[in-house]
Amino acid sequence: MKHYIARRVGYSLLSLLLLSLTIFLFVRVTGDPASLLVEPGASPQDIENVHRQLGLDQPLWVQYWQFIASLAQGDLGQSFYYRTPVLDLYFQRLPNSLLLAAVAMAFSLLIGIPSGIIAAVRVGRMWDSAGKIFALLGLSLPSFWVGLVLILVFTVWLGWLPSSGSGTALHVLMPAFALGWYFAAAHMRLTRSSMLEVLGSEYVKLARLKGLPEALVIGKHAFKNALIPVITLAGINLVVMINVAVVVEMVFAWPGIGRLLYEGISFRDFPVVQGVVVIGGAMIILVNLAIDIVYALIDPRIRLAG
Amino acid sequence: MSVTTHPTAVPAPAPIAFWRLKGFPLIPVLILLLIALVAIFADVLAPYDPEIGSLARRFRPPAWQEGGSMAHLLGTDHVGRDVLSRLMYGARVSMIVGLAAVLFAGVLGTFLGIVSGYLGGWVDQVIMRLTDTWLALPGLTFAIFLAAIVGPSELNIIFILGGVYWTRYARVIRSEVLSLKEREFVNLAIVAGCSRRAIMWHHILPNVINSAVVLATLMLGIVIVTEAALSFLGVGVPPPRPAWGLMLADGKKGLMVGYWWLTVLPGLCIMLMVLSANLLGDWLRVKLDPQLRQL
Repeated sequence: MKHYIARRVGYSLLSLLLLSLTIFLFVRVTGDPASLLVEPGASPQDIENVHRQLGLDQPLWVQYWQFIASLAQGDLGQSFYYRTPVLDLYFQRLPNSLLLAAVAMAFSLLIGIPSGIIAAVRVGRMWDSAGKIFALLGLSLPSFWVGLVLILVFTVWLGWLPSSGSGTALHVLMPAFALGWYFAAAHMRLTRSSMLEVLGSEYVKLARLKGLPEALVIGKHAFKNALIPVITLAGINLVVMINVAVVVEMVFAWPGIGRLLYEGISFRDFPVVQGVVVIGGAMIILVNLAIDIVYALIDPRIRLAG
Repeated sequence: MSVTTHPTAVPAPAPIAFWRLKGFPLIPVLILLLIALVAIFADVLAPYDPEIGSLARRFRPPAWQEGGSMAHLLGTDHVGRDVLSRLMYGARVSMIVGLAAVLFAGVLGTFLGIVSGYLGGWVDQVIMRLTDTWLALPGLTFAIFLAAIVGPSELNIIFILGGVYWTRYARVIRSEVLSLKEREFVNLAIVAGCSRRAIMWHHILPNVINSAVVLATLMLGIVIVTEAALSFLGVGVPPPRPAWGLMLADGKKGLMVGYWWLTVLPGLCIMLMVLSANLLGDWLRVKLDPQLRQL
């Protein structure tokens, strides 16, 4: 077991290192940030100065070493564009991303869990088919289009909600719904299959034999147990949501991490891009590591198969 | 028993009428066929040039609305281009980009999955660590990145999407190869003196191709949505090309004044195509490949 965990942790660190190297090289291929920072027509001398200021005159391996060395100390460097530490920028935006993800998660669970239960209880019937179509619709609609249609309906036609920006509770509703919609479908599917499994189990049969009312059997005995995998997935998806919201954030001008990254790419702000990608990648790698370890604890076969 | 004859050969099932099978998604397949036909014959079908409009006729609503006319059935956009024509040509862009990207990702991922699973050892380690790294980046972020590097064009988008999504194939195919290579027919092929390349090519590949096809159908939807998102963000298909994602981006210019057709119609097209692909993929997954039901 110790071996298994050690190997998994090693793989995770290796992935993270590979990710940092990949992103480090990729940002440098997008172009020269100095050309965006100086006035058009600046002399080569000026550009040279900017390079020196930003540390871009150093050989690549020195730059990478500095990046990794400061990363190890929890320092992500200074933004080329804002001239402030990347970590500060990140933490400025993080609350917005968390808020968006949390509300989106609430939407997705409020829609996904009840519809999943109904589909499982009425398996093979009309509600089940309706649920299936809903789930596929969720997976088929681009979130940014859902966002645009929401703006059309609730801002332009009804005038109820603000179309973009942030600040009030009303601002978060539409982007969260657009983002949560896709995940609602995933949560519905899992709730359904998990409920079906539990409903076929011995203890649910026993509860029924005891003569408990059906509502109690489903609501108390089955539901609670069926919820475990759904909550696990929801936890993973919360991390995913923070990192995939970029298009929704662009549609609603929501000042989250995704937009920070997008701006970073457009301005060739290398430290910002590297920082955001490495933090996001670290989150996902950590979550995967945690799952691997928990599963191995639960199921010895996984440990042996490695 | 002669082991040199193809040990993988399974008696071919009697040909059956596909559409008579239980649960065959007839409507989705018909929709996909229709979109494909429109894409192929867009030159003939489209009433106008999709890239040239007239400012005198900008923002015309669809024919059934007040102010609309039969000249522009689905209205015109912010520079007076005919929406119907752009949608028709857009089908072509989505079809070509979607299919080519899925094919590229599929070939790359299947190849790496087979090599990784069959050869094992350090080759496996390198490919799998690369896959892990790739998967730690959300697909869309990664695609935006690559687009910023190579610049927008339809061909680049195909390579970008393929370069982002090959990992899904690699993972699934590798795990199948791991169990396949323990099977009798592979051992027999080794005994018969087949080279490793021959085994991978003639014995392993035919056995994983089903899964690859199912995955490809399921990936088609994801790829089309990603292409639309990239075009929407301005890093995908370059304007003035008629791509659905680009139409949505242009549609934002009329959104706040309620020109709904510029936003709703291209999105509906994307939805129809992706939903149909997903329904077909779902059915294929259950029919062709019981192992993939867990996906």
